[in-house]
Amino acid sequence: MEPMISVRHLHKSFGAHKVLADINVDIHTREVVVVIGPSGSGKSTFLRCLNFLEQPQEGDILIEGTSLMAKSTRINDIRTELGMVFQQFNLFPHKKVIENIMLAPVQVRKWPAEQARRKALELLDKVGLSEKAEAYPASLSGGQAQRVAIARALAMEPKIMLFDEPTSALDPEMVGEVLAVMKDLAREGMTMVVVTHEMGFAREVGDRVLFMEQGAVVEEGHPEQLFSHPSHERTRAFLSKVL
Amino acid sequence: MDFRFDIIAHYLPVLLKGTAFTIGVSIVSIIFGSILGLGIGFGKMAPKAYFRWPFHCYINFFRGTPLYVQILIVHFGVIPAFYGSTNVLMTSFVALSLNSAAYSAEIFRAGIQSIDPGQREAAVSLGMTGFQAMRFIILPQAVKRMVPAFGNEFIVLVKDSSLLALIAAPEIMYWSNTMKGQYLRIWEPYLTAALIYFILTYSLSKLLNYIERKV
Ligand SMILES: Nc1ncnc2c1ncn2[C@@H]1O[C@H](COP(=O)(O)OP(=O)(O)OP(=O)(O)O)[C@@H](O)[C@H]1O
Ligand SMILES: [Mg+2]
Repeated sequence: MEPMISVRHLHKSFGAHKVLADINVDIHTREVVVVIGPSGSGKSTFLRCLNFLEQPQEGDILIEGTSLMAKSTRINDIRTELGMVFQQFNLFPHKKVIENIMLAPVQVRKWPAEQARRKALELLDKVGLSEKAEAYPASLSGGQAQRVAIARALAMEPKIMLFDEPTSALDPEMVGEVLAVMKDLAREGMTMVVVTHEMGFAREVGDRVLFMEQGAVVEEGHPEQLFSHPSHERTRAFLSKVL
Repeated sequence: MDFRFDIIAHYLPVLLKGTAFTIGVSIVSIIFGSILGLGIGFGKMAPKAYFRWPFHCYINFFRGTPLYVQILIVHFGVIPAFYGSTNVLMTSFVALSLNSAAYSAEIFRAGIQSIDPGQREAAVSLGMTGFQAMRFIILPQAVKRMVPAFGNEFIVLVKDSSLLALIAAPEIMYWSNTMKGQYLRIWEPYLTAALIYFILTYSLSKLLNYIERKV
């Protein structure tokens, strides 16, 4: 079967600084891939390349067979299939929660407002925040804000969800509520790429873990196997610090 | 010292007309200046350096030379070149609008660049075009932050419009000068002019405070 995402010989530099060097990864439908690695190893850059927030210099990324690098590809269309959740939430502060969620379906998918509203309320219910529909983002806790951000991304009905350290900016007591929403998503069969330091989450819902260091995927495997029997010394050294 | 209120009373009707002219030219110039300034501000943020360059020059020229000189160039150079002869009204609107556009462009640019890049990233990652991200996400937030700077620019514009007396535009300073010439008095015409400008700018700043609290 054709992979949902196929990353081939991906290279990315910022000026003279090489950040990703020859990344090759296939991600399949319904798969949950967790990306771990030390700070500065290129995890965010990798994730941001997947929806073209960063432009690679070399190699290619295929989303359901469509090349991101091909001139004929309309990136905006591809992006509607990839939801992205950021460490800092990036909610739109001048819009109410419900408007945050409805905006893209109405403006990009051209849904009627009523349909978008119904979808938004349904998603708010799903993330447990129905009562916050009319609130502004500033009044939300970090955990609530991140759940709204997840709902906002889901409103576009994406096929893939990308998470860049979704719980790193949260107070410890709020991490659980966000992870719970993500676990639900994984159970429903969403294809997910998750950069995180939450090893418990990786173990529980990850189908595969990628360990990155210095812009390369050093090792990948099933979480149980990678955590208990890492085959590379560098993986072992990293895990001994975080586990 | 005798202070002759009677000559002020005598000139009051034309001074009020002058005030209306000052207000009118300031309003028109801030409107055209900001529309033009928005375009110039975007031009100066263009990714390609050669595309930015003309906008960069525009801003530097209008901010780096006296309005006094700009008014003379527009009056005796630009307007005759396009229109065939000088025209006080046109010069007033054109010179102040062009000047205000340079300052507005910088206000826009600073306002837009003050918005967290994460806002744009969130918008485009939802599939919005760059234009949609600007229109729905960045500009509405940036404009709020621009209000104080625009208010300030408006106040400066009201005061700077007094330089239009130079080309005999019928605004406040022009009529004060006329009053001085007719009566050969100093305090009455100039204090009156100062008072009118002060009332204008003071009420404007109060109005702007109110708007700032609203947005
Ligand atoms: N826009 C940029 N311009 C220049 N250098 C960048 C840029 N973004 C990232 N880098 C550099 O690329 C390298 C990889 O960064 P990246 O953010 O992908 O790492 P990361 O693995 O996500 O780290 P962290 O765990 O700290 O988030 C770092 O050295 C970083 O300084
Ligand atoms: Mg990162």
